[in-house]
Amino acid sequence: MPDFDALLLARIQFGFTISFHIIFPALTIGLASYLAVLEGGWLYTRRQVYLDLYHFWLKIFAVAFGMGVVSGLVMAYQFGTNWSEFSRFAGSVTGPLLAYEVLTAFFLEAGFLGAMLFGLNRVGPGLHFMSTIAVAVGTLISSTWILASNSWMHTPQGYEIINGAVVPVNWLQVIFNPSFPYRLTHMVTAAFLSTALVVGSAAAWQLLQGRSNAAIRTMFSMAMWMIVCTAPLQLFIGDLHGLNTLKHQPAKIAAMEGNWENKPGEGVPLILFGIPDMAAETTRYKLEVPRLGSLILTHSLHGTIPALKDFAPEDRPNATIVFWTFRVMVGLGMLMILLGVVGLWLRRGRRLYESRAFLRFALAMGPAGLVAILAGWFTTEIGRQPWVVYGLMRTRDAVSAHGVGQLGFTLALFVVVYLVVFGAGTIYALRLIAVGPRTNEGDEPPDGGPGQSHHQMRPLSAAPDAPAGAGRTNPGVG
Amino acid sequence: MGVDLALIWAIIIAFGVMMYVIMDGFDLGIGILFPLADDDHDRDVMMNTVAPVWDGNETWLVLGGAGLLAAFPLAYAVILSAFYLPLILMLIGLVFRGVAFEFRFKATEEGRHWWDKAFTGGSIAAAFFQGVTLGAFIQGVPVSNGQYAGGPYDWITPFSMFTGVGLVIAYALLGCTWLIMKSEHALQTRMRELGVYLAWALFVVIVLLSGWTPLALPAIAERWFSLPNIFWFLPVPVLVVLAMFGLLRSLGSGAHVAPFLLTLALIFLSYSGLGISLWPNIIPPDISVWAAAGPDQSLGFALVGTLFIVPFILMYTAWAYWIFRGKVRRGDGYH
Repeated sequence: MPDFDALLLARIQFGFTISFHIIFPALTIGLASYLAVLEGGWLYTRRQVYLDLYHFWLKIFAVAFGMGVVSGLVMAYQFGTNWSEFSRFAGSVTGPLLAYEVLTAFFLEAGFLGAMLFGLNRVGPGLHFMSTIAVAVGTLISSTWILASNSWMHTPQGYEIINGAVVPVNWLQVIFNPSFPYRLTHMVTAAFLSTALVVGSAAAWQLLQGRSNAAIRTMFSMAMWMIVCTAPLQLFIGDLHGLNTLKHQPAKIAAMEGNWENKPGEGVPLILFGIPDMAAETTRYKLEVPRLGSLILTHSLHGTIPALKDFAPEDRPNATIVFWTFRVMVGLGMLMILLGVVGLWLRRGRRLYESRAFLRFALAMGPAGLVAILAGWFTTEIGRQPWVVYGLMRTRDAVSAHGVGQLGFTLALFVVVYLVVFGAGTIYALRLIAVGPRTNEGDEPPDGGPGQSHHQMRPLSAAPDAPAGAGRTNPGVG
Repeated sequence: MGVDLALIWAIIIAFGVMMYVIMDGFDLGIGILFPLADDDHDRDVMMNTVAPVWDGNETWLVLGGAGLLAAFPLAYAVILSAFYLPLILMLIGLVFRGVAFEFRFKATEEGRHWWDKAFTGGSIAAAFFQGVTLGAFIQGVPVSNGQYAGGPYDWITPFSMFTGVGLVIAYALLGCTWLIMKSEHALQTRMRELGVYLAWALFVVIVLLSGWTPLALPAIAERWFSLPNIFWFLPVPVLVVLAMFGLLRSLGSGAHVAPFLLTLALIFLSYSGLGISLWPNIIPPDISVWAAAGPDQSLGFALVGTLFIVPFILMYTAWAYWIFRGKVRRGDGYH
């Protein structure tokens, strides 16, 4: 067993690399579907605003997708480099699921991405729309497999343990494990909601700058509709997910609630604020509402749920962290619902685009979805500790036997490289967003300057010389 | 069962890795050759020849990793932790060169050269550390109780450093001949001249490796020179010489596509030589594919999908190459 410091460094490294990674797929899941809707809207209505918005968000999608690919590649290898004992123990389950993700999703996305980014004037609108849909579907298939794998690690079933390793015996049970449907819908909804917040924020920025055109108003309106629909839906799904967790991982719920012990006849309070102290086995400075915890989690005033002291100290997740990450997620979720509802109300007086206070609110909420996703993942992943495969393998037994020196070196390398690379990427994306959608972008002639001609895509209707492929002759073989 | 799932999976993974070496080979090669372009226009052309397809090329590497985890979890665990540092450095290289595709076109005029350097540096690092890992892998991985039993720096050997440099040269030649096929005028002429040097360099690498490997590794020497293996093996050097001869001729003759195809042949021959040297071990020197295989339930489940889906992947990948076929010109508007 490796010493504690090496384990901690390995965990920090995984947490760091996956936290960066998750942001990009969340955006690309949402943006790919949004782009499919925009292109569909353009093909159906032939309204120019949809095509302008498509061109605008495609550039940001491309940046996010590139960052998602390279940070995801790191993840695919990190299971082996840093968590080799886990791979040896459970690779027979997670490996085939990852292989299916590569085969059914990564290749699909990569195969059609080129046509989506660069191919509108080469393949025509019909095939191009199909490419956009293929990429969007790919992102959703990808989420399905990876969340099946992750959920299995939380709620394993359909396996036997033979010779110290997992052997899958029923793949349907493995994939459709108890927490999978909740985690999948929660995460995909989170991706759509986060993307809508980013889109809404980008539009709000333009409107606050005094730039208002049909495209900007359209994307603001679309984003606000999306938020008012998905934010309350997400609260509902999250509640179901929580009840599912209570059933399968009660220690996680106890840590999220910061509830150490049940007092007979008092039900469970809801602790609004406090600082759980793991060593002293108490939650300090707490502000609590009696019996509200019972009402939320058991839907009765007298029901109780297991408290932290019902679990052996070595089986308890760190409540200090998950208590707060959970509250950050829920708090931001409430603000999202508020944003959606106020937006709906402002539509009545046609003030949606005029109220500066509301636009500032929408602007500020831009990163809220992504922050909530990170907080939610911290809650569920730190909350399942000390297990890596729940009830089967402890995290400390899963790690590769690397020394502190190597792990410290690679961690420092990842921190520096990720901050530089993804910092630059974020700046580029924000710069593109700040420019805003341009009218008739697709009709502009390619200017041909070095590095300036990115993403020139003329729709067939406006480009008499297309399809461009016809003009290119292959000078022959040999 | 009657079906040898471990054997089938070994073939699938070997196929996936070969697809990766060929396809990401030429786009890493373009990164390696990037500083040799005359100006930003030529660099645009070079990058645009692979921008629509690089992501798909790299996906074969992910398939290799995922397939290894699915079918041979023991090999995945041992090999990836044995080559921890070179693999992490390779991944960091791939991060830099991967984002450069997008960032280069988003950066300001003054900032662009940084992403040119990231593209080149990342490509060289990725190619070099892949070669290093390959060399160290051929030399063997000590295993006890199913865990890597060597030290963290065992991979640093003269042999692995040489294979690292060798792979950089191989990828550079692939990139060079790819550009001969996809470019024209000054850039193409330049690549033709460069191709001759790179072809000779790769030939020297192949010859040296063919001598060094059996000298350093008696087990492989025995495998090569014993009967009847030697008859299986004999055509490989003959075909290498023929391919080399053809390559030099095609570089001088003004052919557009032949140099790339003949380089592919050279790479394929080297790869098959490697396969003959290692088979049936998946962790050299002595753990076979059967010893490292996961349970049949995993191999069978993943196999059904693979056999069904890979043909579709090959079809739409071919389509993606088809729509971006032909020469890429300066100032081409499609990127």
